[in-house]
Amino acid sequence: MTVTEDAATLAPAKEVGQPRRRKEDARLITGRTTWTDNMVLPGMLHLAVVRSPVAHARITGIDVSAAQQAPNVVAVFTGRDLAEEQGSIPCAWPVTPDMVNPGHPSIAVDQVNHVGEAVAIVVGRSKAAATDAVELVDVDYEILPPVLDMEAAVAEGADLVHDQLESNTSYHFVFDAGEAGTGADTEQAFADAEVVVSRRLVQQRLIPAFMEPRSVVVQPQGDNFTMWSATQIPHVLRVMLAMVTGVPEHKLRIIAPDVGGGFGGKLQVNPEEVLALLLARRLGKPVKWTETRSESLMAAHHGRGQVQFIDIASDREGNVKGLRVRLLADMGAYLRLITPGVPALGAFMFPGIYKFPAYRFECDGVFTNKVPTDAYRGAGRPEATFAIERIMDELAVELGMDPLELRRKNWIQAEEFPFTTVAGLEYDSGDYEQATQKALELLGYDELRAEQQRRRESGDPVQLGIGFSTFTEMCGLAPSRVLGSLSYGAGGWESASIRMLPTGKVEVVTGSTPHGQGHETAWSQLVADQLGVPFEDVEVLHGDTAVSPRGMDTYGSRSLVVGGTAVVKAAEKVVAKARKVAAHLLEASEDDLEFADGKFSVRGTPGATVGIQEIALAVFAAHNYPEDVEPSIDAEATFDPVNFSFPHGTHLCAMEVDTDTGMVKIRKYACVDDVGTVVNPLIVEGQVHGGLAQGIAQALYEEAVYDADGNLTTGSFVDYLVPSAADLPHFDTANTVHAAPGNPIGAKGVGEAGCIASTPAVVNAALDAVRHLGVSDILMPLTPERVWRAIHQGGDGGDRATAGTNAYGGAQTESTAGVSTPASSLGGDR
Amino acid sequence: MIPAPFAYARPTTVDEALQAIAEGGEDVKILAGGQSLIPVMRLRLAAPETVVDLSKVSELRGVREDGDSLVIGAMTTHADVVRDPLIQQYAPLIAEATETVADRQVRHRGTFGGALAHADPAGDLPAVALALDAEFVIAGQNGRRTVPAADFFVDYLTTALEEGELLVEIRVPKLTGQWGMRYEKFNRVAQAWSIVAVAAAVRREDGHIAEARIGLTNMGPTPLRARATEAALAGAAATPEAIAEAARSAAEGTSPSSDLNAQADYREHLVQVLTRRAVSAAAGL
Repeated sequence: MTVTEDAATLAPAKEVGQPRRRKEDARLITGRTTWTDNMVLPGMLHLAVVRSPVAHARITGIDVSAAQQAPNVVAVFTGRDLAEEQGSIPCAWPVTPDMVNPGHPSIAVDQVNHVGEAVAIVVGRSKAAATDAVELVDVDYEILPPVLDMEAAVAEGADLVHDQLESNTSYHFVFDAGEAGTGADTEQAFADAEVVVSRRLVQQRLIPAFMEPRSVVVQPQGDNFTMWSATQIPHVLRVMLAMVTGVPEHKLRIIAPDVGGGFGGKLQVNPEEVLALLLARRLGKPVKWTETRSESLMAAHHGRGQVQFIDIASDREGNVKGLRVRLLADMGAYLRLITPGVPALGAFMFPGIYKFPAYRFECDGVFTNKVPTDAYRGAGRPEATFAIERIMDELAVELGMDPLELRRKNWIQAEEFPFTTVAGLEYDSGDYEQATQKALELLGYDELRAEQQRRRESGDPVQLGIGFSTFTEMCGLAPSRVLGSLSYGAGGWESASIRMLPTGKVEVVTGSTPHGQGHETAWSQLVADQLGVPFEDVEVLHGDTAVSPRGMDTYGSRSLVVGGTAVVKAAEKVVAKARKVAAHLLEASEDDLEFADGKFSVRGTPGATVGIQEIALAVFAAHNYPEDVEPSIDAEATFDPVNFSFPHGTHLCAMEVDTDTGMVKIRKYACVDDVGTVVNPLIVEGQVHGGLAQGIAQALYEEAVYDADGNLTTGSFVDYLVPSAADLPHFDTANTVHAAPGNPIGAKGVGEAGCIASTPAVVNAALDAVRHLGVSDILMPLTPERVWRAIHQGGDGGDRATAGTNAYGGAQTESTAGVSTPASSLGGDR
Repeated sequence: MIPAPFAYARPTTVDEALQAIAEGGEDVKILAGGQSLIPVMRLRLAAPETVVDLSKVSELRGVREDGDSLVIGAMTTHADVVRDPLIQQYAPLIAEATETVADRQVRHRGTFGGALAHADPAGDLPAVALALDAEFVIAGQNGRRTVPAADFFVDYLTTALEEGELLVEIRVPKLTGQWGMRYEKFNRVAQAWSIVAVAAAVRREDGHIAEARIGLTNMGPTPLRARATEAALAGAAATPEAIAEAARSAAEGTSPSSDLNAQADYREHLVQVLTRRAVSAAAGL
């Protein structure tokens, strides 16, 4: 080393912006880690749940005697046994003051309201013993008529899901821009409009289908309980379980070890978590429950499930004048943690990126005899984005305008940010034109349009279409005061603390619990830059309420925006505390100190430096530190955002439709997302890819199908089609960057963007390919059969048959009940 | 999920296997790769008393020539079938169809004989065996018998295999002359079973189609031959028009099921399109 080297070239590269490979991946991918089901405790008992094979019935008798006498069975419990202590699964989001909540027992006592609802629990010394005994529990059901269709459920004289209630409607939620003072009178806008387009769109039910099934282990120790659970929300779960079970909060420790995906599906207080805690308390022994995939598909909460009636008003030039939305939102049989709030959250996103002068939203939450719905990647925003991006295309057709020109005419211009929408949200930053231009180039738009024209003229059996989705979403959940104004039961802040260890290594404790997102890598990058320490010197701790006592966990694309900001703010406090010690050690005034690259130096005094990692050792020894401070430079911070962040982007899909068979195939997919400042481009790319896969899956593959009796016929992955890499196209992705003004990182959130944006782009593309053949809508998922019917028979493709496939011996039929029957003896050798 | 308890035998010869089957009690299942059996046992759709695992019966593995036939051991894995040079030479249709079965992992464990004996109407190989007029060699306590493909597939998941019997090998006639072959599979995602598929073998002679053999997957409880289309193609000109005309009768005599991927009338439409495509490709058009 020479003394003449330029200081600038010595400075380490900034970590933020580096495509770091994720430090947590090796252990997650190999499985050599603490997945909950890997936990083995001395004396641990195993739970197996007996589940209802019928959708709606009174329980008239349960005989558990045979199961109780089965080998290695310790006990069998029914709902009656636990009725006094089980309370109700909490609903944290009463969206209206008069919302009807029938209560949600963790295990049915008198009545079952969906297939898969728990009716008894077997406790065995082994998982096999418990599972074998499930078949020996004999339950008598008096069948009630199942309520399955929302439009029928709200009709006069409908059968009731809960016969103690007056109707199947849980709530009627209204947002009216005129009344809220954020827009003009909607009825007037429609009365005055030159053009009105109305559509009924359907958001099918989806299943989150996380990779790691739900799993929970509870260990009682004296009057304390430790729960390991594959959950997204250990902190929220702790509060809720304390309230539900009466186990005092300070006697309850929740650990979310490594968690294998959630997509909102593990944003829940699960009945099985409550039951495991109750049984561990009653038996005084550790217990474990891990679901099968079949249980997961039928008993873990579903997502989406809306019928959307949407009207758009405009003048003949295509200037939009008003938007009116009426939703039927499927609650399922009960209200879980935020079941009613999901469509209400979407209420604010229906206007999208467009300058509507008037807007009215109404939503009925409807009970059905199906498993409850709740958060699923995007939670309310994909539904809203789908509706607005679909209706913009329909309006363009009605007006004879290019769909992109119509969008341009109405979207918020770059110079208009910050922009307060008709729904009252203040969009923070962005440039829709710039993202769109970039996306058009990525797609090769002009060439594909020319090819589309050629295929149409030649009557090619394979037609081509291009679909747009110019979307925005609200992320960074959430400003606590806003959540309060929406009657949500908690805040939206996040907590972080930083511990400077004596050897100079750094422990970052985050309240935002990851379940596959890469927090450990991204947080390390943030802290490395803030403290000027090597990336490798940072360890991120999370997911254990004893280690990370305060947190609001991970959902709603909030982690980096809110949780990452808390980390940055904690780091700023560490530096501020270290500055006092540095001034003391360097015998200089704090004002004369500069902090860069992890070192404090005295301005104008070469060589007078001390590193922050050295200061950590100095305060550990505590031999020499200022008299007016405590010997610690550790710090914690809580960040409560003042606004949401608003990622946006333009997604373009080019779709080939084989008109002979109805098969659709994505020819090309290009998207440009503005997620604000990018901390790790590799993680952002991965999040976009995963989101696209799930959004495309809604458009083309996935649907939770129930038959007329309320059986989930997509009861295994044979029939619930989750696409693999083999089924998805190459994705051409890019970013524009407009930093979020609401947080010091400038990040907007990326976890849900791909999932929210892609679905309408895909459907719009398929429709664009066949609209000249008279098709104006096709129900999701766009099965080949539906596409073929829409082309050749008119309509929207119609209902699918509900029977599961015969492949595999009809795996769906009995997996729902989990019992073998005479029909199990299928012929043939396998 | 955990299967119900069962007894397990792992013989090393066909004789030992037959013995194990005979001694296995009321409900014996044969494990020939387990890619269908293990899942249905885990779902408790099947709860056999005894499982006889053939994985160590090495005499049932491999492909050999025997005069005018290929002989495929029942325990030859899909992966071995796909890369076998004899199959590539004399029955490439089998390799083409096998390559579409499930995914790589399944193809490394699943076996040719296991898939045929399972007789899943949505499985790919039964229709191929039927189209190629394969013969099934079945071993029992009283020796061996041979059953033609047309008689082997009896009903949904049901074959001519009697209690105590074992499928040991499949004999496929070598095709001589100018044959072209194609397996057209229609499914929604890559790893799924066929919604409908068509196996076509076409022999051309002097610009005409001399002979066509067409097997249909998932157009009824068993694999079927598209006899009407075959008859229409015999001696027909090898032109797109003639093939399209003949393919219109591909659904004749079929009885497809309705499920969430396809209702029966759509399957009847699909089979015509896929037959046209398969025959056209097999005829070199």
